Amino acid sequence: MAQSFDDITKQLGKRHRRTRRLKLTCMAAMVLSAVFLVVFLGDMVNRGWSAFQQGRMQIEVSYTEQSQQMPLTAVDEQYRQLVSRGFFRQIPQRMEADPELLGTTRTQWVIARSSVDQYLKGRENSLSEQQRQLIDRMVEQGNAKLAFNTTFFTTGDSRMAELAGILSAALGTLLTIIVTMAICFPIGVMTAVYLEEFAPDNRFTRLIEVNINNLAAVPSILFGLLGLAIFISFFGVPRSSPLVGGLTLSLMTLPMIIISTRAALRSVPDSIRHAAFGVGCTRWQVVSDHVLPVSIPGILTGSIIGLAQAMGETAPLIIVGMVAFMPDPSFSLTQAATVLPAQVYSWASLPNQAFQEKTAGGILVLLAVLITLNAAAVLLRNRFERRW
Amino acid sequence: MKKTIGTAAVLASAVMASSAVQASSNSSQLRIVGSSTVYPFASYVVEEFAATTQYPTPVLESTGSGGGIKLFCAGTGMDTPSITNASRRMKVEEFERCQSNGVNEITEATIGYDGIVFAESSVNEPINLTREQLFLALAAQVPQDGELVANPYQSWSDIDSSLPDREIEVYGPPTTSGTRDAFEELVMAAASEEMSAYGGEYTDIRSDGPYIDAGENDNLIVQRLQENQNAFGIFGYSFLEENPNALTAATINGEAPTPEAISSGDYPVSRSLFFYVKDAHVDSVDALRPYVELFMSDQMIAPNGYLSTIGLIPLPESLRQQEREEVTSFTPIELSDLQEG
Repeated sequence: MAQSFDDITKQLGKRHRRTRRLKLTCMAAMVLSAVFLVVFLGDMVNRGWSAFQQGRMQIEVSYTEQSQQMPLTAVDEQYRQLVSRGFFRQIPQRMEADPELLGTTRTQWVIARSSVDQYLKGRENSLSEQQRQLIDRMVEQGNAKLAFNTTFFTTGDSRMAELAGILSAALGTLLTIIVTMAICFPIGVMTAVYLEEFAPDNRFTRLIEVNINNLAAVPSILFGLLGLAIFISFFGVPRSSPLVGGLTLSLMTLPMIIISTRAALRSVPDSIRHAAFGVGCTRWQVVSDHVLPVSIPGILTGSIIGLAQAMGETAPLIIVGMVAFMPDPSFSLTQAATVLPAQVYSWASLPNQAFQEKTAGGILVLLAVLITLNAAAVLLRNRFERRW
Repeated sequence: MKKTIGTAAVLASAVMASSAVQASSNSSQLRIVGSSTVYPFASYVVEEFAATTQYPTPVLESTGSGGGIKLFCAGTGMDTPSITNASRRMKVEEFERCQSNGVNEITEATIGYDGIVFAESSVNEPINLTREQLFLALAAQVPQDGELVANPYQSWSDIDSSLPDREIEVYGPPTTSGTRDAFEELVMAAASEEMSAYGGEYTDIRSDGPYIDAGENDNLIVQRLQENQNAFGIFGYSFLEENPNALTAATINGEAPTPEAISSGDYPVSRSLFFYVKDAHVDSVDALRPYVELFMSDQMIAPNGYLSTIGLIPLPESLRQQEREEVTSFTPIELSDLQEG
């Protein structure tokens, strides 16, 4: 059944069309995923950028003995519902710290309540018509404005939306990740070195290999349940602490680091090992002086990606109690803490609409950190990776 | 390279060692767990408490009512929470479980009420519904000619010609939610008791389309009502209060969900909010007594208190006084108290 040249020519057009169709389908798939990404990011930026701005008002504050007892009386009655309650709460403490304030009246910028903040941003709010007119007048006179929201980065969580910030959560994330990496990185790399360079290839090591690959695909919430049972119930590690969070996440990240380290070690050509053995190196010298140094970029890339994944993880941390309400930032491994994604999660379910903006703002911060980490991974790979 | 591995290993072992030492160090810190409905109110009190007193900031965690009670009842050790918040009463089984774990004396505090509203986008005319109409719109099975049949109603006007000719579309919480439990108990089960075909055996909300499970996050329901002006949503009163211009609530049996109507019990779909205190911790956790006193003070839970500005419906005056006295003297509850309700 030999095909003649004519037959093949006839089919050619059909084959080319098929190629074009396949190419177009693939392109459509790519465009679709790009559109999803743009819509998601656009929506987040659109909702979240205003979280980095904060409504402030310039008003007269009189520091009298009365206002030390009843802080609300420190400002004119028409402003009492417009100034953040957090400001009033601090008045007695500030007067105690600075006795010279007593008896003076100062014109100063204060943080506005979230309803004013939302009004200045043109969002839904609960101000009365009269209050809106007052704010409009103040804006005209330059006594009310939107400024960069430093509070968002310098305070912990608060039930007053205008005072809520991400510092507690950011510190919690930092500590958790430090614990995770301190455990995962050495154990993961050493396991991979053993499996790749020392272990004999037998049934037992193959079984371990299969299990490690399987563990990498286990839903993260199961690690949370495991962490609850082992670390909290059995070892008595304090609930909600960065220590237990980090330990739990390290269970999850460990298989990823082992797999990526093994891949990095395997990509080192055997000629390097043979040459080292040839000049009389021991097995350990071969690994530590020759194989490991050249595979470091690959190991780091894998670890950074594992770290980024651990950072965005929420489910297992909720199980071990890391969705705590943290108004005061703390920096301790054993005290309660919360993490960025958990902070986003708890803001998202609050009724006050001003927290919706905080939610999106928190997501933007988290995304920025993750993009930085992933970019670092790409950079490392491009700079130091060797091709053999 | 060797250095990196060495440093990391040292760090790791330091961390491991410190975990063993510090497990017993936070005995004086007040730990609170429990309901996500009570969480916004409790976190307000925690924040105020931390800002105005010298005690260490209490740790508040949102675990859900059931999860909170489970942790609370695990024992009287210092690693168990001292307070659990609940959007429903403790169940008899839960109380017995507590007792068997040595948590014998528990004080119950009622802090106020939460109304559950049935609301729609404010572009629509306000609607008046009865419990029966809600039942007919949402039950899996409805009585027809003395027999139970699969719910045939597709539009509100099918139920009663005075209702608008709009398709029945209701966004509501999933089965895991306490809000849904309360809605089913107070609306669906209550309405079914008056229907002879049911014999008091209400079973389920319909799952053929008109009731749309919208997830645990009530904000999503509020957002979807703004997009789909045809639909209704079921959620807590706080969300109505925070979105006064976007939403309008249906009256149920002629009562609108106002703070007064919810507080007096005239609005039929409301529930009490609680927290439970482990009396064994009163002496050992320093912050416990002042925290409870702050929470029960008029400054927090009275009609013009801070919590009412974020959606808590206060208890009537006399009940509030009585409740405060009982709670701040840490009077434990008995099994019989829970059985009545």
